[in-house]
Amino acid sequence: MATAGMHDSELGELQRRLTLLRIGLLLVVSLLALRLWHLQIREGPYYRDLSENNRTRSVLLEPARGLIYDRHGVLLANNVPSFSLYVTLEDVKDRESLTQKLSELLGLDAAMIRKKLAGRGSKMLPRKIKDRLTLRDATLIESHRLDLPGVMIQVESQRNYPGGMAASHLIGYVGEISPEQLEKPEFADLHQGSIVGQYGVEKSFDRHVRGQAGQKSVEVDALGHEKRMVSVEKPQSGNDLYLTIDIRLQKVAEDLLGEESGAIVALDPTSGDILAMASRPGFDPNVLSRELTPKQWVEIVQNEGRPLNNRASQGQYPPGSTFKVPMAVAALESNTMSPSSSVFCNGGYQFGKRVYHDWKATGHGSVDMHKALVHSCDVYFYTVGQRMGIDTMAEYAKAFGLGHETGIELPSERVGIVPSTAWKIKAKKEPWLPGETISAAIGQGYVTVTPLQMASMIGTVANDGVSYRPRLVQAIMDRMTGNLQEMPAVPRGKVQAKPETFRLVKAALADVVTEGTATRAKSSIVTIAGKTGTAQTTALAKEKKAEKDIPKKFRDHAWFVAFAPVESPKIAVAVLAEHMGHGGSAAAPLAKEVIETYMKLMPPSVPEEAPRS
Amino acid sequence: MIDRLTDNRGLDNFDYRFLALVAAILGIGVLSIHSVTHAQQGGVAPYYLKQLVWIFLGGVAFVVMLVSDYHRIARLAYPAYGVVLLMLAFVLLEGRTSKGAQRWIALGPFSFQPSEFAKLVLILVLAHYYSKAPRVGWLQRVVLPGLLMLPGLLLILKQPDLGSGLSFVAVYAAMLLMVGVRSKALGVILLFSLMLFPFAWEGVWGSLHDYQRQRIMAFVDPDYDPGGKGYHALQSRIAIGSGELMGKGLYGGTQSQLKFLPEGHTDFVFAVYAEEWGFLGVVLLLVLFVGLIWLSFEIASKAKDQLGALLAAGITAMLCFCVVVNIGMTAGMFPIVGIPLPLMSYGGSATIMTMASLGLLLNVKRRRLSLFY
Repeated sequence: MATAGMHDSELGELQRRLTLLRIGLLLVVSLLALRLWHLQIREGPYYRDLSENNRTRSVLLEPARGLIYDRHGVLLANNVPSFSLYVTLEDVKDRESLTQKLSELLGLDAAMIRKKLAGRGSKMLPRKIKDRLTLRDATLIESHRLDLPGVMIQVESQRNYPGGMAASHLIGYVGEISPEQLEKPEFADLHQGSIVGQYGVEKSFDRHVRGQAGQKSVEVDALGHEKRMVSVEKPQSGNDLYLTIDIRLQKVAEDLLGEESGAIVALDPTSGDILAMASRPGFDPNVLSRELTPKQWVEIVQNEGRPLNNRASQGQYPPGSTFKVPMAVAALESNTMSPSSSVFCNGGYQFGKRVYHDWKATGHGSVDMHKALVHSCDVYFYTVGQRMGIDTMAEYAKAFGLGHETGIELPSERVGIVPSTAWKIKAKKEPWLPGETISAAIGQGYVTVTPLQMASMIGTVANDGVSYRPRLVQAIMDRMTGNLQEMPAVPRGKVQAKPETFRLVKAALADVVTEGTATRAKSSIVTIAGKTGTAQTTALAKEKKAEKDIPKKFRDHAWFVAFAPVESPKIAVAVLAEHMGHGGSAAAPLAKEVIETYMKLMPPSVPEEAPRS
Repeated sequence: MIDRLTDNRGLDNFDYRFLALVAAILGIGVLSIHSVTHAQQGGVAPYYLKQLVWIFLGGVAFVVMLVSDYHRIARLAYPAYGVVLLMLAFVLLEGRTSKGAQRWIALGPFSFQPSEFAKLVLILVLAHYYSKAPRVGWLQRVVLPGLLMLPGLLLILKQPDLGSGLSFVAVYAAMLLMVGVRSKALGVILLFSLMLFPFAWEGVWGSLHDYQRQRIMAFVDPDYDPGGKGYHALQSRIAIGSGELMGKGLYGGTQSQLKFLPEGHTDFVFAVYAEEWGFLGVVLLLVLFVGLIWLSFEIASKAKDQLGALLAAGITAMLCFCVVVNIGMTAGMFPIVGIPLPLMSYGGSATIMTMASLGLLLNVKRRRLSLFY
């Protein structure tokens, strides 16, 4: 009888206390319900957003850059597949250990990886760490994928230039957008890691060639591995460019320059089409389009030959005697000289206390306009300059396009200098000295020009004063619609001069080749007209020394500007060979080669082929 | 002579309601486990099938605990406790380590967790202790039962298993509340401090710096926050919150399907359920749990003797504690301590232990008409 009875009162008390527990339970459960209501109803949309972000990652789909062809449809730039390494910070658990692992696996610089990871931008967006991974490296990363959360290998298109060094300055190269570029409005829809043109046509036509990036949304799991595609917005390929150059002519021009520094520009005077534009030394755009190490970059930038300088549009040289061509037109048009009036050349020109020498110490004797051009008499043009005055000279030089941009679609074109009294005051804060007019008359002194300007100038003469803006891109093909948009020739203006003036000058220039200073440009297959130039590189008049005794960097630049055929010009050429001495011997033969090549390449009946698509 | 008037009328309405609630919660549990694990590859049997096996074994334990008289079962309390202590010690020496803690004893292809069974045995021990003889004075009412609990608690904390340790303390506190503390005022204070402990914890806990919390938690529970920076807690909150009113639908829970939510089939199964079924589903589940606990209270308050009442109350209190702390921790109210959600979380030991407890509970109810003399 011992068990339950004794505790009856305790049992009653215990069971009464259970009521308290029940109240407590209801209270606590209500608190839980309240909390869950708060989480799911009040903050539900917020957490819904978080969960969407948790599971979806945006992956940018880089567009394929438009292709670049020459005027006959020869491929100059295309895209080849390559592996790129991306990291999404959101999925990275330990940044430092990832850095170490990647640096070990790929032999990359850990500091470089750290810098890339620390860059600005959304944690959700993958950032590019390395491109052009080898197949071996890409496989290595893929096989370690589980140890590398947030790391992703993406196949992308990599810019490729099948021609290597050919036309490198003209085509240019591409590279990752720089932080400074990202700030600019024209790159507003781009992002870190975007590839943009950094040089040449790739840069100036970037917005056509670039295309538009797409985006895909993928569902990822907690390790950042792709599970499923949610949505995709396809990238739009960039448009294709058809350049005006003929790559065969371009290569000939480049080979002619060879190892020497210089530039050759060939254009069609009737349209402004650039047929070839060579600048040497050059570079391999394939190398520059890759990510360079700082060391490689320094090597290129500090190279003495300055290979990144496009000498055709950025090199500024004294024109030397080639400047006599616009001066001749100026003299005739300003009535400074009549075609028949002569000047006696005894080998020097006295002005004040100074004697200005002719290149021919013995003198040319009695010289008229024709003879002055054919034999490049300096004294004649000293006289012309002296009579005409610097401002009239500047006016005509500018009319031929010197001293300002030709408007070619290349970045950072230089304009050279066409001096005038106003220019001297502005630039040097000094008044013009009369003696400076005399040097300027033969293209020395302050006068500087680019080879491109000179090609355009001689083309204008060939075309009887009508000039066109140099054109590099003939047509753009829209990849989306397939439409071919032809770029029209843009007239730039006309040098106001009598037809008789051009007839006279052109006849003289033709004789330069047949019997004057440029007989080495004489061709058996085409008539060529031209003008030599030998540009002094030092202001001091040199002692009479054998040319081979002068150190190369002090030797004169050799110029030759030409057009052909004389009767109906199809090509205008400017050749500049740095430190190669006389234009007649060093530059004229190159121009002849270019012209002959073009004449052979040119289909006789159809002057311009439609680009292949 | 003992006239035993056992309830022989078969199952009554009460039993049906009780079993229906248990079955409903178990079903929801299996569904959620299936949802979160069905996409997993691997040669092992799917989790939901294994859970069905545990439920079957739990059913056997349920029946075993139901049919034999609970007085007889209670008489085995001390030997059982001895065995449990031995097993806990064995776990520390030889047990299988998982996630930094030694909790399991390997048993062929399975492994089991003595700390789960320790909870039920502690209820038996304390109920047996208080009902065996009238206990008077602080020493007998509070200190001695505390000393009874202590070796088990220490062995569990040594593993370390903070969740089971807390459950242990909760069972002891519930017993004190029921019979240990004489004064009603003290009882009320104890009850409310027990109830408010988790919420007060949030206040104190919330005032600490992250690194302080991490240090403390790393000390008591290395399982805590392995990913660092509150990853588990955040992902769990995101899972629950993103369910909103209607939920994302079965198998539609992105947090769990894509494994952002860790331990989705075990401790965080509630978050999986809440993500897929939304607030409506959550309310339904809370109603089921409250219903089950309510019926358990009913059994305790109608128990014929003190042993029955204490057993029922202890089991009910443990059920309450686990449900509240588990949901509270997945909802980000409490720090994350490893307490599974009864009847829903995947796990053999916990499922079998919970179902055995429920069998014992029903045992108390079905024998309330029996007489002992």
